[in-house]
Amino acid sequence: MNALRTRIIPVLLLLRESLVKTVRFGRFSYVGDPCNTVRIFNELEVDELLFLDILASREGRGPNLKMLADIADECFMPLGYGGGIRSLDDARSVFDIGFEKVAINTAAADNPDLLTRIAEQYGSQAVVASIDVRSGFWGGATVHTRSGRHNTRRDPVQWAMEVERRGAGEILLTSIDREGSWQGFDLELVRRVADSVSIPVIAHGGAGTVQDIGKVVKQAHASAVALGSMVVFQRQGMGVLVNFPEPQLIEDVLR
Amino acid sequence: MGNPGSLRNMFKRIGAKATIEADPEVIRYARKIVLPGVGAFDAAMERINHAPGLLEVLRGKALTERVPVLGVCLGMQLLTRSSEEGRLAGLGWIPGTTRRFPRQDGLKVPHMGWNIASPTTPSPLTTGIDSQSRYYFVHAYWVQVDEPSHSLMRTHYGLDFDAAIGRDNIFGVQFHPEKSHRFGMQILGNFAAL
Repeated sequence: MNALRTRIIPVLLLLRESLVKTVRFGRFSYVGDPCNTVRIFNELEVDELLFLDILASREGRGPNLKMLADIADECFMPLGYGGGIRSLDDARSVFDIGFEKVAINTAAADNPDLLTRIAEQYGSQAVVASIDVRSGFWGGATVHTRSGRHNTRRDPVQWAMEVERRGAGEILLTSIDREGSWQGFDLELVRRVADSVSIPVIAHGGAGTVQDIGKVVKQAHASAVALGSMVVFQRQGMGVLVNFPEPQLIEDVLR
Repeated sequence: MGNPGSLRNMFKRIGAKATIEADPEVIRYARKIVLPGVGAFDAAMERINHAPGLLEVLRGKALTERVPVLGVCLGMQLLTRSSEEGRLAGLGWIPGTTRRFPRQDGLKVPHMGWNIASPTTPSPLTTGIDSQSRYYFVHAYWVQVDEPSHSLMRTHYGLDFDAAIGRDNIFGVQFHPEKSHRFGMQILGNFAAL
């Protein structure tokens, strides 16, 4: 077997010292304490965890290393972090704590060379290019940075090809319009990007059911799937419940 | 990346005392040694060869005193004679070679993600490990030992390779036990109990 198991990755959003969940990058709701939550994901033996500090870039802050170190102490699985990484030194400090991957979004758009420099030092597999996409009022999707506030007017497919050339080892592709919506992934967007690059694309934004996972992998060629609301809420509109789909259910939809 | 900090975290969880050390004068007193791997083969061998006294101390501990040694990821590849990644000789403590994954359709290199590693030759390192245990791998080079009895676990990715190797007191794992949940914890726990 040459195909590795499809990674299903909980994406956890950090807001200062807390975990939150958003809807279309707004409307924060409180989820809980990061360390307690990662302990639960540890017990659930999830494939990988990705943390995104959603305000770091907007507020011009770097990573909260103390909190990330506490998280790494608890986690015996691959870890990724994104938010406010603007230099090779920022990336190094996150790797040194025990994270394997850094996700770069705003800083990659401002300075694409950063992807190359981190990849040269730590390998492409350590560099995730995070691409946030919002559909325009008149149709046509564009890449946004600064937590969705800034429209770069770049085309997602062109930008995905460029980050691959620059050394990114994978792409976290987020649909802002679907994020927190439980409506299913933007299959068209994921397929267009996944079919244009040879590095893995992690589809993010919109997962509401296990069937959505199957669709985005089989129909839109995502290599991995990121889950937000599904793994921190009971159901849409319901209270917080840190959970993960049964492995058998995932296996069935991916078959 | 073989991250020393993550390895230390997992040993802490197991209840084994571990420190990150580069000073041969301190390593001289170690009861067990973990050789993590960060970066490229030649860069790692150069650091071992050029740090004054380090190679002598490591040789003495591994080959004369025979304390348990565990190489992780690149650290395991360093135990072989040579690697296609570099030109320098490896430590050669377990006879074998390290090669690059071939170019092949549908085979992404590095081999990155969760994969099954199945025990082959029984060893104290793999006690309690069943044939469906999964581990987290990140590597572009793979190891083949000369002597089948030195292969402790095998994994398939395009080809079959050694996921864990061992010879007397010297062991290596290609995957990252520190990032592999209870499956990796079992391996590190077994090593800590040697």
